[in-house]
Amino acid sequence: MDVLLDNWSLYGEGLWGTVQLTILASLLALALGVLMAGFRVAPVGSLRTLGTAWVTVLRNTPLTLLFFAVLLGLPRFGLVLPFQTFAILALGCYTSAFICEVVRSGINTVPVGQGEAARSLGMTFTQSLGLVVLPQAFRTVIPPIGSTLIALAKNSAIAGSFSVTELLGVYKPLNEMGYSIVWSFVWIAVGYLIVTLTISALFNVLEKRWGVRR
Amino acid sequence: MTTTATALYDLPGPRTRVRHRWYGIGATAVILGILAWIAYLLFDTGQFEAEKWRPFAYQGIQDLLLEGLANTLKAFGLAAVLSLALGAVLACGRLSEHRPLRWLATLFVEFFRAMPVLVMIFFVFVALKAQPLTALVTGLTLYNGSVLAEVFRTGINSVERGQREAAYSLGMRKTQVMANVLVPQGVRAMLPAVISQLVVALKDTSLGFLITYEEFLQAGKLIATNLDYDLPFIPVVLIISPIYIGLCMLLSWFANWVGKRERRNVKTSAAEVAPAGPSESLSGPTGADRP
Repeated sequence: MDVLLDNWSLYGEGLWGTVQLTILASLLALALGVLMAGFRVAPVGSLRTLGTAWVTVLRNTPLTLLFFAVLLGLPRFGLVLPFQTFAILALGCYTSAFICEVVRSGINTVPVGQGEAARSLGMTFTQSLGLVVLPQAFRTVIPPIGSTLIALAKNSAIAGSFSVTELLGVYKPLNEMGYSIVWSFVWIAVGYLIVTLTISALFNVLEKRWGVRR
Repeated sequence: MTTTATALYDLPGPRTRVRHRWYGIGATAVILGILAWIAYLLFDTGQFEAEKWRPFAYQGIQDLLLEGLANTLKAFGLAAVLSLALGAVLACGRLSEHRPLRWLATLFVEFFRAMPVLVMIFFVFVALKAQPLTALVTGLTLYNGSVLAEVFRTGINSVERGQREAAYSLGMRKTQVMANVLVPQGVRAMLPAVISQLVVALKDTSLGFLITYEEFLQAGKLIATNLDYDLPFIPVVLIISPIYIGLCMLLSWFANWVGKRERRNVKTSAAEVAPAGPSESLSGPTGADRP
């Protein structure tokens, strides 16, 4: 218990770092993921290829390798940004591949008649996708997107090893100060549970509000 | 996919085809432009100079990389076998008829699925002062074992109820029903999802890098930070990532292939074959109540 009370601000900083990473990377992943899902069903061949390549490559990339390449590699090209920004980029791009697949399978659950009705009204591809199909797909993809974002929150732990402030990295100063390692890890675990359970609760609310009633 | 994709737009007529062709050309040009820019950056910062690639011609460096790859595969093999075993045990626990056993297994599975795998690896490494390999394999086993337990359970539950009822009505015992009827069908149905989870395990072996386990990335870092070779960081990334990503892709494709084969198989007609999708979406508390 002492570990937490004595180092309240250290834990707070770590938790805030994890929350920041999670939220910002989630936003990037959602934006990129939906865009790529749109590309994957588009009538233009080269965009479809781009979407497919993006998903296939990023889904099979170990996240540590991506962090390694982005955080240590991009500065060699003269692109120097704060490590946190790099971490958000890596996490967001990685997760966007999973979001893309979730959204695409959501698009596939929308009955074909909806798309047909939309285009019989004379809507273009962008209109029928944006106004008719995606809003309905959104309702079915709430739970799997929640799971993907929880995975993102857990994956953000890797950033700690690349000198970004976040929750797991808290163990290092505590260890040096001579606190019990087991207890400092217990409180780190509790912190992660708080983050993941919050996301889970948030998506349960979203699902209750907008989800498809079965 | 094709049905919905074509439902989103009409079969293009001649004018739309021309328009789409222009869009296609424009998009291709933009994509090629970005690729060319990346290539330019690579050349401009001198990543293809002979000096930076010379080390890879040395026997010692090649051996170092191969050893790293072997260590990665060793960690993967150990983690895969152990997590399959742990998953089977936990699935038995979750499907058990004894309530305390079921609760215990549920608690175990839910806890380790909610924890980042890296926290477990670091805990074993720092708090229990284990060897890097032990820490990596333990962490991967606990996490993937818990996820696989859920996969196995879903597989068993996906077998049609009639199969179980028929087996009981033939006078089979609980264990016989499980071993002779449910498991053979459930495992076949779950095979794609199981292999997909193994892809996750293979990807996560790269976490060993963070606890200084001498795996593939670590070998790459050793070379990349060597001043004698003019810090060949980008060449190292260019060599390591295709091999690593290629290995994962191979395994993913295998999962998809198995999935397609099992869906055609008459032996799985009583159970719904799981898609070989990203098992990422099986993790986390909200994933628990998904079909």
